[in-house]
Amino acid sequence: MLASLPRSPLLRFAYAAYVALFFVYMALPLAVVAVFAFNDSQFPGLPWEGFTLDWFIGAEQPRLGLINDRRIVAGFFNSAFVAFWVTALSLTVATTTAFLFDRHDFRFKEFAYLMMLAPLVIPGVILGISILVFSSTLAEAVNSLTGLEIGALRPGLFLVILGQFSFITTIATLVIAARLRRFDRTLEEAALNLGATPAVVFRTITLPWLRPALFGAGIVAFLISFENFNTTLILNGSNAPLTVTMFDRMREGSTPVLNAVSVTLMVGSGLLGLLGILVQGRAAKP
Amino acid sequence: MREGKLVFWLLFAPFAAWIALLIVIPHIDMLILSLREKVAPRVYETGFRNYADFAASWVYPWTLLRTVVFSIIATVLTFIIGFPVAYYIAKIAQGRTKAALFMLCLLPFWVSEIVRVFGWMLLLRETGLISNALQGLGITSGPVEFLYNDAAILIGLVYTSMLFMIVPLISTIDGMDDALVEAGYDLGGNGWTVLTRIVIPYAMPGIIAGSIVVFMLALGNYLTPTLLGGKSGQWFTAQIYSQFITRFNWELGSAFGFILLATSSALVWLLLRLSGQSLSNTLGR
Repeated sequence: MLASLPRSPLLRFAYAAYVALFFVYMALPLAVVAVFAFNDSQFPGLPWEGFTLDWFIGAEQPRLGLINDRRIVAGFFNSAFVAFWVTALSLTVATTTAFLFDRHDFRFKEFAYLMMLAPLVIPGVILGISILVFSSTLAEAVNSLTGLEIGALRPGLFLVILGQFSFITTIATLVIAARLRRFDRTLEEAALNLGATPAVVFRTITLPWLRPALFGAGIVAFLISFENFNTTLILNGSNAPLTVTMFDRMREGSTPVLNAVSVTLMVGSGLLGLLGILVQGRAAKP
Repeated sequence: MREGKLVFWLLFAPFAAWIALLIVIPHIDMLILSLREKVAPRVYETGFRNYADFAASWVYPWTLLRTVVFSIIATVLTFIIGFPVAYYIAKIAQGRTKAALFMLCLLPFWVSEIVRVFGWMLLLRETGLISNALQGLGITSGPVEFLYNDAAILIGLVYTSMLFMIVPLISTIDGMDDALVEAGYDLGGNGWTVLTRIVIPYAMPGIIAGSIVVFMLALGNYLTPTLLGGKSGQWFTAQIYSQFITRFNWELGSAFGFILLATSSALVWLLLRLSGQSLSNTLGR
């Protein structure tokens, strides 16, 4: 079946209707969450009691808006802190790793490539517990040898950063490597022939070519980190990131402030995602 | 040449540190912990008792089996629901519509999983939208609870992992030459033979890549089964979580972790073998 081939109108209509129904299925939960963020009620659901912005800006209980809810604001900043470091670290290591596999041949390269992909086929919970186990072993060892207690090795934001980094770097590497593979290396050779040093060649030719991929991988890394739950839940300490705070709230019984947080996340990540698609899209054109 | 060696080691070091310190050594440590038996306070022996404990009670193997079976069902459903949409976007929609539909597919997934699950909770619960709509239409007389059952878990899992099936499908089908489909019709094939003998074999790397990711996401999921499923619908990850966080039995929890890892690796390997694909040409593309 192709757009260019003749088909019966009935079939064509049924197919288009199916696709439309699919998009309703995709949009419905998000639409429901968004609408009830503005409902003037203690409870996120029907009946509709009228429009309010209390769940965003309300100043006191029981209508505490998200900007005045200390746990949610703290969760937001914790998530942003984690996402910033995960993005910075994973982009750095992903870039060097992409160059490693694109430009160098070494023994066991295929095995190394499989190891690079492995974090994608390890469930997030297991990445979390293995890092938790290992960091506790380290902390115990340091403690029994020197008597020092290293807080960073106990559950907390540092371990959350490491845990997320461990698999987000694979995703970032794949994005960057895909663009590096399409790079025309004769451009580098030409510049070298014309007398440029390798450092200048990298800065003026290779890096500009990679920039859209770096930007795209950065946005993806930031969003995945900000939204991560599985690995974060295991490694998180007393400073909970936003997803964990929301999870705890949901189990306590939800108020529309969760909807308001969700709307904020939707707008924020929607804008970031669109930005990423635009940058990648422009790079795809010659 | 020596400069090239230096560059190689500078590139190799961060990669090796990442994989060794955060993946390989922690997993070895977890394996060692899972083989540790507590015989008295602060006295340990090495042995397989944690694994024996897993096998001895019917609850744990049963939960694992349930988790695996449901993850497979979720993967198959995701493929069946997603494939026509991916084909539509790749081959039937044109120009701006195509770009817009592709974007529409991506956007829900830029939103946190917890928000998506929350949306389904608002729709499915007793006081939720679907229950209210059914009462409004007069189909049911009282509120109906759609939440806290296995179907709710499946709806949530399929919804949550749809993107990871659709995107690899679109990218492989998009790369297929239309002439292949035309040739299939010219040679007398009907829609079904063209689909099963041309399109699906061509899209196989994408199908396998999507299936692996969706399966792994379902198997390792914690949020969706916990929030949408009932008390009886426990997921294996929830068992691991409760051993680690609630009961503080890290030895048994590590054994559970390894059992889950071994199960998922074996199933992914089996899928790759049966379909004749490899990890590098599916996920690594």
